[in-house]
Amino acid sequence: MKPVFMTYTKKDLINLAVCMILSVLIIPTFIKTEYWYTSILIPWLCLALATIGQQIVMGYTGQLALGAAGFMAAGAFAMFNLILRVPDLGFVGSLIVSGLIAAAFGILFGLPSLKVRGIYLMVATLASQFFIIWMIDKFGWFKNYDSSGIITAQDIVILGKPFTTPLAMYFVCLAVTTILTLLAMNMARGSTGRNWMAVRDMDIAAESMGVSLLRTKVQAFAISAFYCGVAGALFAFCYLKSLEPVAFDIKLSFKILFMCILGGLGTINGAFIGAAFILLFPVLLNAIGNNVFHGAIDATIISSIEQVIFGLLMIIFMIYEPLGMAKLWENIKQKWRTKLPSSTNLKSSLSKKT
Amino acid sequence: MAFERKFKIGKPILEVNNISLSFGGVKAITDTSFNVLEHEVRAIIGPNGAGKSSMLNCINGIYKPQQGTVSFRGQQISNITPNIMAQMGLSRTFQNLALFKRMSVLDNILVGRKLHTKTNFLEVALQLPKVKKEEKLNRERSEEIISFLEIEDIKDTPVGKLPYGLQKKVELGRALATDSTIILLDEPMAGMNVEEKRDMCRFILKVNDELGTTMVLIEHDMGVVMDISDRVVVLDYGKVIGDGTPDEVRSNQKVIDAYLGVEH
Repeated sequence: MKPVFMTYTKKDLINLAVCMILSVLIIPTFIKTEYWYTSILIPWLCLALATIGQQIVMGYTGQLALGAAGFMAAGAFAMFNLILRVPDLGFVGSLIVSGLIAAAFGILFGLPSLKVRGIYLMVATLASQFFIIWMIDKFGWFKNYDSSGIITAQDIVILGKPFTTPLAMYFVCLAVTTILTLLAMNMARGSTGRNWMAVRDMDIAAESMGVSLLRTKVQAFAISAFYCGVAGALFAFCYLKSLEPVAFDIKLSFKILFMCILGGLGTINGAFIGAAFILLFPVLLNAIGNNVFHGAIDATIISSIEQVIFGLLMIIFMIYEPLGMAKLWENIKQKWRTKLPSSTNLKSSLSKKT
Repeated sequence: MAFERKFKIGKPILEVNNISLSFGGVKAITDTSFNVLEHEVRAIIGPNGAGKSSMLNCINGIYKPQQGTVSFRGQQISNITPNIMAQMGLSRTFQNLALFKRMSVLDNILVGRKLHTKTNFLEVALQLPKVKKEEKLNRERSEEIISFLEIEDIKDTPVGKLPYGLQKKVELGRALATDSTIILLDEPMAGMNVEEKRDMCRFILKVNDELGTTMVLIEHDMGVVMDISDRVVVLDYGKVIGDGTPDEVRSNQKVIDAYLGVEH
């Protein structure tokens, strides 16, 4: 029988349908509190998108890069300036162009990856983080000569309709994230992703198969920065609703790095799991502090405990499950399946016995 | 040869002219020349440290020789890189296995189809019909290679989890997937048992016979080399000490001395 190639298996389509129903129908009907949208769901989607960007360059292409927040800042300020100066582009157009501007920075700061690797590359890519933030701070033009330091983001208007309520903004983030996630999955599963992974696993062999290291690495950096740029624009316009370079500091870059590693390097769904974990964990700790200990523990202590636990988790994951939570989830599913053999499993195990 | 070859041995396809390579003060290869004819199985043999792998790395562009040239189909190639050689139709395997460890067998072989993949990342992201068509063709070819190498049952396993012998097979598969005119095999049978070696020989000869692929291999097992190769070049201390058919090489006094040792 000739092999039949399909991009999506039935299981993927079911998963997608479940996610869509959950996020489009169930969440909006059951969650009414604004807090959930403004403080959890919207930043979750934005940061997951940035983490996908980090995944592409680090998880798939194996280039240790640290500076996602720099590209996010580039995207956010590009968006601000595009809406301000080129209003004809519209929101979606500006979003795409700001992604492209971030991608240009990605290409520029991805070039060192051709010469240095590992921890040295990480240091080299840190330059992007500091340079972009410095540039925005230094030249007033980027902030439209605003002296207060914090600029209010413009309202989101798509096709003449304003998207200002938390729910509407959630839908904007959801739509953008869904589309970009699907595109990332297509790339990761197709020939593009195979080239990335080949470069990650054995660059000299990849080159001998005709994979150009230059093109593949720079491409990965550009696509990664595009994702970060779009994520940064959404982060500023839907979550922060303001623009300030400080919001995109090195801490955010590290946060995205942690999301990437904890979620599972080289997985797309890991980006969502990792982002959810790192966002929800402090919320959970606070809830425990308030409800179990009734505020007896100081909030600053709780936030310190949070740091300690993150650090511990990073170490534990690095040692025991370097492929992160996505892999952990995969293992749990696997165990579940072997415990409860489905009819097809039963059939095959029976046929083996005879 | 007793049997009739579908692809008759032809003109020189690859020529190595006066290659010299040194690492600092260590001379790996000194003024070495030999050629490879189209459709033949050419072996490079020699004691340890004779410069065999360095030779392949020079042909493939991983090492840059200080002197000498490499010509492909009579055309001298300047600025050899692995990428350029791959595009010219030269593929290879590595001595210490250079597989993509975290990728499945099928994906490893699919990477070998890189040069037959013309669509760019944007088209892949959007899954345009031509991407699907191309991917289908590439997958079909890869599956063909997988069933040819008799590794269907492991095609979805990550390569890093496979035993050594199977990894060698996958590496051959990846080189085959490129549909190259020449394949360089760096010790394809090292560390294999007799049965695995026999299989590997069968695959090499079958590929050479059915597709006419020119094979250049480095091998230590003399029995295998004498059996499957059309011509053998013998290197010792980075120099050619013998070149000819297996029988000629076998009776060459210099070769015998290099292998058995000689009284001084």
